[in-house]
Amino acid sequence: MATQHSRIAARFMVAPSVVLLFLWMIVPLVTTIYFSFLDYKLLVPKPSTWAGFDNYYYFLTDRTFLASILHTLAIVLGVLFITVVGGILLALLMNMPFWGQGIVRVLVIAPFFVMPTVSALVWKNMFMNPVNGMFAHIAKGLGLQPFDFLSQAPLLSIIGIVAWQWLPFATLILLTSLQSLDGEQQEAAEMDGASVLSRFFYLTVPHLTRAVTVVILIQTIFLLAVFAEIFVTTSGGPGTATTTISYLVYIQSLVKYDVGAGSAGGIIAVILANIVAFFAMRMIGKNLDA
Amino acid sequence: MGKIVLKSVRKSFGDVHVIPSVDLTIENGEFVVFVGPSGCGKSTLLRLIAGLEDTSSGTIEIDGKDATALPPAKRGLAMVFQSYALYPHMTVRKNIMFPLKMAGMDIEAATKKADAAAKVLNLTSYMERKPGQLSGGQRQRVAIGRAIVREPAAFLFDEPLSNLDAALRGNMRLEITELHHTLKTTMIYVTHDQVEAMTMADKIVVLQAGNIEQVGSPLDLYNHPANVFVAGFIGSPRMNLLTGADAQAMGATTIGVRPEHMDISTSAGKWKGVVSVAELLGSDTFLHVNVEGHGSMTVRAGGDVNLRHGDTVYLSPQDGKVHRFGADGKAIA
Amino acid sequence: MARSTTTNSKVIVTIGAWLVGFLIFFPILWIFLMSFHTEGDAIKSPFAMLASPWTTEAYQAVQTQNSYGKFFMNSVVISVGSTVLALIIGIPAAWSMAFVPGKKTKDLLMWMLSTKMMPAVGVLIPMYLGFKVTGLLDTRTGLVAIGTLINLPIVIWMLYTYFKEIPGEILEAARMDGASLTSEIIHVLTPMALPGIASTLLLNVILSWNEAFWSLQLTTSDAAPLTQFIASFSAPEGLFYAKLSAASTMAIAPILIMGWFSQKQLVRGLTFGAVK
Repeated sequence: MATQHSRIAARFMVAPSVVLLFLWMIVPLVTTIYFSFLDYKLLVPKPSTWAGFDNYYYFLTDRTFLASILHTLAIVLGVLFITVVGGILLALLMNMPFWGQGIVRVLVIAPFFVMPTVSALVWKNMFMNPVNGMFAHIAKGLGLQPFDFLSQAPLLSIIGIVAWQWLPFATLILLTSLQSLDGEQQEAAEMDGASVLSRFFYLTVPHLTRAVTVVILIQTIFLLAVFAEIFVTTSGGPGTATTTISYLVYIQSLVKYDVGAGSAGGIIAVILANIVAFFAMRMIGKNLDA
Repeated sequence: MGKIVLKSVRKSFGDVHVIPSVDLTIENGEFVVFVGPSGCGKSTLLRLIAGLEDTSSGTIEIDGKDATALPPAKRGLAMVFQSYALYPHMTVRKNIMFPLKMAGMDIEAATKKADAAAKVLNLTSYMERKPGQLSGGQRQRVAIGRAIVREPAAFLFDEPLSNLDAALRGNMRLEITELHHTLKTTMIYVTHDQVEAMTMADKIVVLQAGNIEQVGSPLDLYNHPANVFVAGFIGSPRMNLLTGADAQAMGATTIGVRPEHMDISTSAGKWKGVVSVAELLGSDTFLHVNVEGHGSMTVRAGGDVNLRHGDTVYLSPQDGKVHRFGADGKAIA
Repeated sequence: MARSTTTNSKVIVTIGAWLVGFLIFFPILWIFLMSFHTEGDAIKSPFAMLASPWTTEAYQAVQTQNSYGKFFMNSVVISVGSTVLALIIGIPAAWSMAFVPGKKTKDLLMWMLSTKMMPAVGVLIPMYLGFKVTGLLDTRTGLVAIGTLINLPIVIWMLYTYFKEIPGEILEAARMDGASLTSEIIHVLTPMALPGIASTLLLNVILSWNEAFWSLQLTTSDAAPLTQFIASFSAPEGLFYAKLSAASTMAIAPILIMGWFSQKQLVRGLTFGAVK
């Protein structure tokens, strides 16, 4: 409800953001789509030609592509599983009264603020390294053979590293949600004769569902794009054991300089992300009305 | 000066016609109250006068000048909002000085004026506090102070007392009325509370569904309600409205008798009923009586009436105190 | 439920919570400890390392041999620059959407958010080639531009949720008090929105500081921020534990401190207001 005057002013103030985001979203995307139909290799000094769906055909029939989808899924699902389950347990723990809540909270949240390249390298060298890593030292101390995490279980190791980064996010959101539980509602249920257990299942769990959904959706968006952690630890290897879609696109385009195939891969990644985003947007959009 | 004239003012939001068409003249110095049930368009009408909403058509004149297209700041009006709308990051003094600062007044003169206003409103010792540290009543006074310093052509009040508790509401009612006596500036006051309307107004405008039902002095409206709606809305407890044979016998579709104009007897009277609830207020007793064929009727009796739940009573309207309304709801003279 | 808690159970919970907190935080603590030892001591067994003499030589080495300061400054310029730019563009947009909502406002907000969901690899090639052609590769300007665009949707969303909480009546009061649109924004809106703007700034600086896709792709040395600098330690020939620890400690310390200040806002910012 406002006057004509302020409505016109409002339009002018929204315009720059809309134009910028529109350009940022549409121009490169259209270019990528265009490239994806070209036979365009930066290292081959011949004019690029129309390739039709060849690039998509090449990409989709490449064995690495199928593997990369599986790896991406493994990372997304693995990390989600660890962070959601771990996050709920941690949030429940931290929601109980104990001494030093503020400090523990800070300790738990800290990994989220560590830049991806740092956490990946620290885990890789200081902990998982089979010679100098902390785990190797512990294994040797116990008289065991050190385990070479990143070559023997590369995907699991990366899942572990990424989960460490995202566990704080899940915990923090679930904890915030727990703390917003209506105290009077809990007391009303107690007056109604609900036991601790039934209060948890009938009140706390439904209340947390929303937060869990938010955690899953938002993490999925970020996890689909995990890049730096792979880049500095395994470079997609050994072989293609840790090559995800994002990483595969990067290899195709900026390592092999095959712009056409890389673009096709990029578009496939966009389509996959959009499927997830569709659900995420509906979820967040619903909350706008509330 | 603050004469405000509305000519065929209309307001629609999309297909919803909130104000179908209003003509109204508010004389300089008058205390006018817009009253009506929630959603009747009274706040919208006030916001149209303030310039916070555009009129869909029609004109608004302030002091003889067409102000329909003027932005709020240029209309020379001041407004007190329901939520007080104080600036939480400014001290009381800064809040009161804000309109003067916006008008480009120099700090010294502005401070002097703010202090003078604070004195009138008993705010002097709170000038350095922030709104968050004040009670509801004090915040209300700051909001009024902010309006006063502008020396506006008219004050607009949008349900200013609805966030206060009952006792404070009574006090503020008096303070605002006194303020009006002191300043003699036009005031337009919106409320859904007919008690506020009756006690404060020089002129009451009763609104329903965006239409003006009646304009008049409080006693005018009380004694001569123009239609069934005004009859039912003004006066507390509500007027008893009866239809059917009793009304037809008096040549009307509906007849109305105010609770205070109903005689009660334990032996004989026009209508026979059973007391369902007796509300003892000390000074008065409100009796809710179930009357055969008419449902519940309210009677205002003295504080010493000794009647209670289950007693059988007889009710009769006092002579000449029966309001008669025709089939169109309008009063029959 | 404090009333039903006995001291005994509180002790157990305290021990458990601290243990979990310590384990989660341990890697960060460990690089901090390691950064104060020599390269030789750093690769010894944990206890041997802790027993060895403490030194700041790794910090000095990172500074003199690797010109750490340059990368640090790049990170500062890129993260602060892109956030401030996004704020300048985003504040008016969020303001108008919060206070002058139209029928399309909700759709517009959702659309802005959807740009955030686009995977970077989908636009990597055109951006890379475009940067190459325009000479923006490995420049701070280029990264600030990208950072601004990445931040913009989050900035607008966060500000929007904060602005929404400012009652509209206050702005109307300002209008009645004779404030022009400009003074309404300067004297009323901005001071009231300042806490929200500050947390938006903080969270977006954090996110930009840690951004590690575009900074790895589009910089090599001149404009390389800390994410890229740290990544250079991944090459086996560049691997020095103590130096990596020192560089990492310095890279994450400022952000950890800022992060502690913005815990609450973090939830709100990252969930786009869906969880508060």
